Amino acid sequence: MLTVYAADAGSDMLAFILRRLVQSVIVMLTVALVAFALFRFVGDPIASMVGQETTLAERAELRDALGLNDPFVVQFGKFVARASTGDFGISYRLQQPVMELILSRLPATLELALVSGVLAFVFGVGFGVYTALRRGNWLSGTIMTASLIGVSLPTFLIGVLLIWVFAVELQWLPSFGRGEVVQVGNWWRTGLLTESGRASLILPAITLGLYQMTLIMRLVRAEMLEVLRTDYIKFARARGLSNRAVHFGHALKNTLVPVITITGLQLGSIIAFSIITETVFQWPGVGALFINSVRFVDVPVMAAYLMLIALVFVVINLVVDLLYYAVDPRLRVDRANARH
Amino acid sequence: MQETTGKPRLNAVARAWDSDVAWSFRHSPLAVIAAFVSILIILAAVFAPWIAPHDPFNPATLNLMDGFTAPMEPNQFTGNVYWLGTDNQGRDVFSTILYGARISLFVGFMAVLFAMVLGITLGLIAGYRGGWVDSLLMRVADVQLTFPSILLALLIFGVARGFIPPAYREAMAIWVLIVAIGLSDWVQYARVVRGATMVEKSKEYVQAARVIGAHPAKILLRHILPNVMGPVLVIATIGLALAIIAEATLSFLGVGVPSTQPSLGTLIRIGQGFLFSGEWWILLFPSITLLALALSVNLLGDWLRDALNPRLR
Repeated sequence: MLTVYAADAGSDMLAFILRRLVQSVIVMLTVALVAFALFRFVGDPIASMVGQETTLAERAELRDALGLNDPFVVQFGKFVARASTGDFGISYRLQQPVMELILSRLPATLELALVSGVLAFVFGVGFGVYTALRRGNWLSGTIMTASLIGVSLPTFLIGVLLIWVFAVELQWLPSFGRGEVVQVGNWWRTGLLTESGRASLILPAITLGLYQMTLIMRLVRAEMLEVLRTDYIKFARARGLSNRAVHFGHALKNTLVPVITITGLQLGSIIAFSIITETVFQWPGVGALFINSVRFVDVPVMAAYLMLIALVFVVINLVVDLLYYAVDPRLRVDRANARH
Repeated sequence: MQETTGKPRLNAVARAWDSDVAWSFRHSPLAVIAAFVSILIILAAVFAPWIAPHDPFNPATLNLMDGFTAPMEPNQFTGNVYWLGTDNQGRDVFSTILYGARISLFVGFMAVLFAMVLGITLGLIAGYRGGWVDSLLMRVADVQLTFPSILLALLIFGVARGFIPPAYREAMAIWVLIVAIGLSDWVQYARVVRGATMVEKSKEYVQAARVIGAHPAKILLRHILPNVMGPVLVIATIGLALAIIAEATLSFLGVGVPSTQPSLGTLIRIGQGFLFSGEWWILLFPSITLLALALSVNLLGDWLRDALNPRLR
């Protein structure tokens, strides 16, 4: 019986993984279709390439040579093939290869996202544990109220207010840019190694991480309160374990699985909100590049960013789904039931 | 749901006053305050042309000498006093806020309406028809839910802007914005309506309607829809707060409404530019208005969710 069950679960798992993979590919192809349609239908590529004195015959020749008369499917196929090697053409506005532009700005975005993610996780878990253990004292009350305000403030307003207080009034921290950056390796320019770079990072990182922090904090608090009521905590106390061992060794450990999953899923949101944060702080990252491309209808950059974002989200969700499936056996049964 | 036709009007009012929802409203001070603030801002925005001391979009009424007047202080050249001060062009900040809230609310309401109609229609069809239509729509909804809606609105707006010929970009911006925000937020309605429809359609009154040969569209709109409107109303209220914030965010980023029709988000972006030279009021007052509006609508939505949920009573 047991082997039958295992085999069954194995094939079910395989089917699940396959289904998720197919779904991911369909999503990517749909986004690619939108990106391609942008290229194909916004403006005339020939008109933007040639001068006024080019004759109609020469234009037609060029059109043919560039493959613009090929059937739609063939053109789309070529687009996907080139996109998958990272070739999105040249930015209309900046006259540079799009992939080069994105790669040169990616370190700034990744450093910002990473630092704010770490901030959100550390402070979120810390505050969450504190407010759960010290329920009803004035500090937890303050933290909870502040978190409510943090959730309801739009990201851009948080950024503007932080600039006002810490850059304009107190003049402690810079209000824009990355500060001094240092070249590390061929591709990476980091602001983490200089003092002005780190100072410049503080306000954007808080702006970007605040929402995630409040989310994690509320989650940790709720989970902690739940776990602290369970029998095994009472049992651990009855065995005479110290408060510290009970709270951190038993309670916190058991709250961390959902917290880590949510944090993983929030990575996507961090990237989304980095567009806003980067614009507020004039942070030279990919998000600011995208906003400018929307403003000036710079199609190659828009298309590339669209595909990049879709890829990030598809990968994150796929990984989280698969991890879930691997970690939580109940889910396997649920999913199996839901499908049939 | 309540049948009030054919009865004296007073009776209907009295019954509405006695209803559970009204009772819960009277006993929730937070909801009363939130409703008061939202209605105040909405009325001020609707009647902006009559309330506003100046028309900020009519250059003839502006005096550049009035520029950068601080709130409640007489201008050093003209001696004019403005409650909330003026911006660099001498526009009264109070008036620009009224007109800005008008645009913010217009975009918010229209986007919610669009998302609601789209979501309800697709939800009804998916729930009633079932089969491949249902699985296709719900798969699309699943995928869409993995993206944050503000990112989606931004991407849809960017793509749609690309497709519009340059000559019409400015004129169509507000409508593109409405569609983008609406499209980023229809999933919630569709899921709730679909679920409720699946429950309702197996009930006897629907089967009875089907037996007498009523057209499916009539069954959906006349019989099922009224019974799923409760949760839809809750989502729409919270959705309005989200739409207002989404609009403000996009306009703040400089990709939303055109600068000739500044919304609250645009005003905040303009105000940010004057922070370093000390004119704080150009930034502060629009921000407070936006916050008060979004927060009170949100609180109202929270209250409505609790009031309409019988399990919480």
